[in-house]
Amino acid sequence: MIRFENVGLRYGIESEVLRDISFTLTPGSFHFMTGASGAGKSSLLKLMYLAHRPSRGLITLFGRDMARVTRPELPELRRQIGVVFQDFALLDHLSALDNVALPLRMAGASDADMVEHCTEILRWVGLGSHLHAKPSTLSGGQQQRVAIARSVINRPRLLLADEPTGNVDDGIGMRLLYLFEELHKLGTTVVIATHNEALIRRFNHPHLHLDNGRLHVVPAQPARGG
Amino acid sequence: MALFFLSRPSDLPLARDPSARFLVWITALMVFLATLALAGAMMVSEMAQRWDSGLAGGLTVQIAPLPGGAAAPLDERVEAALTVLRSSPGVKTARALTSADTARLLEPWLGPEAADPLLPMPRLIDVTTDGPVDVPGLAQHLKSAAPGAILDDHAVWLADLRSFTGAVHLAALGLVGLIGGAGVMSVIFSVRAGLAIHRHVVELLHLMGATDRYIARQFERHVVGLSLRGGMVGLALALATLAGVHHASRGLRASLLPDLTLAPWQWAALALVPLAAALLALATARWTVLRRLESLP
Repeated sequence: MIRFENVGLRYGIESEVLRDISFTLTPGSFHFMTGASGAGKSSLLKLMYLAHRPSRGLITLFGRDMARVTRPELPELRRQIGVVFQDFALLDHLSALDNVALPLRMAGASDADMVEHCTEILRWVGLGSHLHAKPSTLSGGQQQRVAIARSVINRPRLLLADEPTGNVDDGIGMRLLYLFEELHKLGTTVVIATHNEALIRRFNHPHLHLDNGRLHVVPAQPARGG
Repeated sequence: MALFFLSRPSDLPLARDPSARFLVWITALMVFLATLALAGAMMVSEMAQRWDSGLAGGLTVQIAPLPGGAAAPLDERVEAALTVLRSSPGVKTARALTSADTARLLEPWLGPEAADPLLPMPRLIDVTTDGPVDVPGLAQHLKSAAPGAILDDHAVWLADLRSFTGAVHLAALGLVGLIGGAGVMSVIFSVRAGLAIHRHVVELLHLMGATDRYIARQFERHVVGLSLRGGMVGLALALATLAGVHHASRGLRASLLPDLTLAPWQWAALALVPLAAALLALATARWTVLRRLESLP
């Protein structure tokens, strides 16, 4: 699914923010990404959702060597990645339905399909009564759920979430994590960057732990017998 | 529900941009000026064609009254010139204009006094040809047979006319080109402003997997809509101006001005100016957006 080999990333002439990153995510896996602020979590996620090209190293995504992928091929790959941005990145002038429909529209889906699927997924995240609401009229948790619905509407192979519970209370945060768990069970590879230790403890998955630009893979804790 | 999507807004809220209003009015002005320039070029072309076809293939003989009475009377010299002309190879017809005809021709310049019999008016002979004419030889014969006769083959007139209409055409095309260039720059400015204002949305769409063409289409739809709106306003104003000029020209006493009317196909061509402006805007918007998006990874 994803393979990083000795990947480094620097912005301009600054020193590297990510150094010698190597890991492999198998299809259908679930990982948390942890680390202090400024450790490079967002930068690593940006490499994974193809917002940046690495300064060095090799990235293989969906079996494709990213160094050999041409620019016109990138949109197709990006459409296979769902991203939940930390600030939600919803379009304020569009309704919840239109926001969720964006990936389908880009993929050329018909209006009827878009309506059906978007309505269904918004109901699934508990926003069936807010289909035509503008993001500015929704609460933080509701906006977060619209962002999640948008990220999964086209059944991505890889789902990346940057601090998805950062702006919501613990109850909603827990509910969102259950949504990600359900997607994971459907076969989606999930990576969630978070600071929320309680959630990490509750959902026992391996960590990609970043420390000062370097990555350590922390396996899931073995389940206690008893 | 399907109707909801059919009426959905664009992914980019471009309609709210201040440059949207600016582009409508700048396009209206451009189309107004371009339509007038094209209409002017068409009218001049039409007029030149009429004059050209009226003068080419013809000659004019002018026989002036001679002072002192040494020569034969004017009427006799006219008859002698007609005889020479009708026997010359290449001449199809030769017709002497009456004094009344000549007075009518001069009326725009001299007024009703042109018909005063006391004025020493020259006599004119209108000649049509159907083959090559030895102009210098014929002029020599006419001078011998009818002293004071001057043969005009319109060559100088036609050369001047063709050079004038060529210059007018060139100027009109240059003007349309300049207007088009200004229009292109306006669209580039507007699109770049839109890209800058909505940079975050553009980047988001890009990261979500939108192709460059998908994003460019949003801008294309936007500027084509604005250009068509502005273009229709500009066209309406230009047509009203042309109708006003035409109406005013009909009221002139003397026909000093050429006929300022256009053929139906020319009106149809002018009606296509807003469409041409919209197509130019579309191509410019696409080029500008695609070029800008190349900088994204």
